Amino acid sequence: MEKQATRDAYGQALVELGRKYDNVVVLDADLSKSTKTADFAKVFPERFINAGIAEQNMIGMAAGLAASGKVAFASSFAIFATGRAFEMVRNSLAYANLNVKVCATHAGLTVGEDGGSHQSVEDIAIMRSVPNICVVVPADGTSTRKAVTSIYQRTGPVYLRLGRPSVPILYDEGVDFTIGRGIELREGRDATLIACGIMVAKCLEAADSLHADGIEVSVVDMHTIKPIDQELIVRKARETGAILTVEEHSVLGGLGGAVCEVVCENYPVPVHRMGINDVFGQSGSPDELMQYYGLTVKKIIDNVHILMKKK
Amino acid sequence: MKMEVKVREITESSIQEVAEKALIIRQDIIKMLGESGSGHTGGSLSAADIVSCLYFWEMNVDPQRPQQEERDRFVLSKGHAAPVLYAALAEKGYFQREELAKLRKLGSPLQGHPDMRKVPGVDASTGSLGQGISWAVGMALAGKMDRRSNRVYALLGDGEIEEGIVWEALMAASHYHLDNLVAFLDHNGLQIDGPIREVMSPEPVADKFRAFGWETLIVDGHNHRQIMEALATARSTSGRPTVIIADTVKGKGCSFMENRAEWHGTAPNKEQVTQALAELGQV
Repeated sequence: MEKQATRDAYGQALVELGRKYDNVVVLDADLSKSTKTADFAKVFPERFINAGIAEQNMIGMAAGLAASGKVAFASSFAIFATGRAFEMVRNSLAYANLNVKVCATHAGLTVGEDGGSHQSVEDIAIMRSVPNICVVVPADGTSTRKAVTSIYQRTGPVYLRLGRPSVPILYDEGVDFTIGRGIELREGRDATLIACGIMVAKCLEAADSLHADGIEVSVVDMHTIKPIDQELIVRKARETGAILTVEEHSVLGGLGGAVCEVVCENYPVPVHRMGINDVFGQSGSPDELMQYYGLTVKKIIDNVHILMKKK
Repeated sequence: MKMEVKVREITESSIQEVAEKALIIRQDIIKMLGESGSGHTGGSLSAADIVSCLYFWEMNVDPQRPQQEERDRFVLSKGHAAPVLYAALAEKGYFQREELAKLRKLGSPLQGHPDMRKVPGVDASTGSLGQGISWAVGMALAGKMDRRSNRVYALLGDGEIEEGIVWEALMAASHYHLDNLVAFLDHNGLQIDGPIREVMSPEPVADKFRAFGWETLIVDGHNHRQIMEALATARSTSGRPTVIIADTVKGKGCSFMENRAEWHGTAPNKEQVTQALAELGQV
């Protein structure tokens, strides 16, 4: 299966976007080779601003650029973009509803060896709680490229969460990627797996194994965490009676939290949230870490079995 | 259409006009804070002469076209001094003066700190200290990218520069040679908890700005001629941004407020409004 890191797709998409639209500007904070904004910098040096190791000022400058008619894409690692610069994102971007797209890479555990200080497990929860911010977590390279175009066209601040490792390409170019509308990749009546980011591919794998055992699950790529696709969640709750959420993020306040909010208020069914259980990460290879923290195909299958007994 | 770069002679009558506007701004600050019953009086009064020079001498803005791309920008980085900005905007004609009485009231566009989405003429939503100067750097970068001749002005408090982001922004402004950017430092020496030298001294401020690559000018922040001359110097400076360190008096114009930290975030009561307006020359 062909693979690509979502950050690589982001770098390519920025260049395409820059070719089409003169008002696209890109900012980075000394991580352009890792976030792949260096691709854009190479082609459009006059529209690229390196803030140096100063994420707070990067966000502030992005605000000033957006207030002057630019559409600013600001990149760093997820931990810094949403953590260190949080209050600038909140007060400069979201409060003023500016056209800045915070596109953060190296989210979650799969940062790997850099360890817990650099593994952002709470960024979705943080960004989702701020008014005006739209949160998008694409599952593969193709949908990342689609997402970059979509968030450019959307007015207002967006948080785009991207990853470091290569992940399977799930979509072809014809995919209908619409912000706020989840993609049902597979239909089954026994349970629904709702995932985002790199966990979508693992859910598809789990669904194949379950099918071999005679269990048919639905798989939803919930690439937009906010505004979340309420209609789809409620329909899947009604159709399948059980939901498993799967994310490379804390179980608190992220995709799982968002799905629970919708399910509880509209159509209560058993839900189990898979993610990182309110702990920090540590050093290790991405695969070892996913294993250690239980974000594996096997665990997804186990949890589906447990969940189905609760129906 | 490009706006022409202003090179104007500073005349006695232009200074007189700026002085008169500053007085009106001060009177409106007192009146609106008296109405609201809360807000930041001292730091609004200390900045009144700077803001008057900007809106009634220096800046190329058109209240009829507040969103015009080629306009000069003003960022009130010390956003708590919102009353001085609102008073200047009303006097300039961006909105009716009667609106000023709604300061800080529920549903009013005149929020406690400036909101660009609610008030015509407000170029940046500020209030969380240090972020405005960062916006101003972004605006100046945008101006350079688009090869526009417009200029960007920011107003910082001297307590505000204790925030770390300020120095990130100052570094970026000189790194990117933003000679279209002018920052004022309202150097009134006081912050909420007391004198800046006692709370957390940012001194020596001029040396710090110079070390960060800024053209550094020092003026009496209540002397209109000095402020206007410094602005002219900034216009003729190329390759680097300019800071105008304006030595000011917190609460300037009202004897019982001057140089008193407790007037940082306090509004005058009825009697104090009467006394302040009497001192400012309005019965």
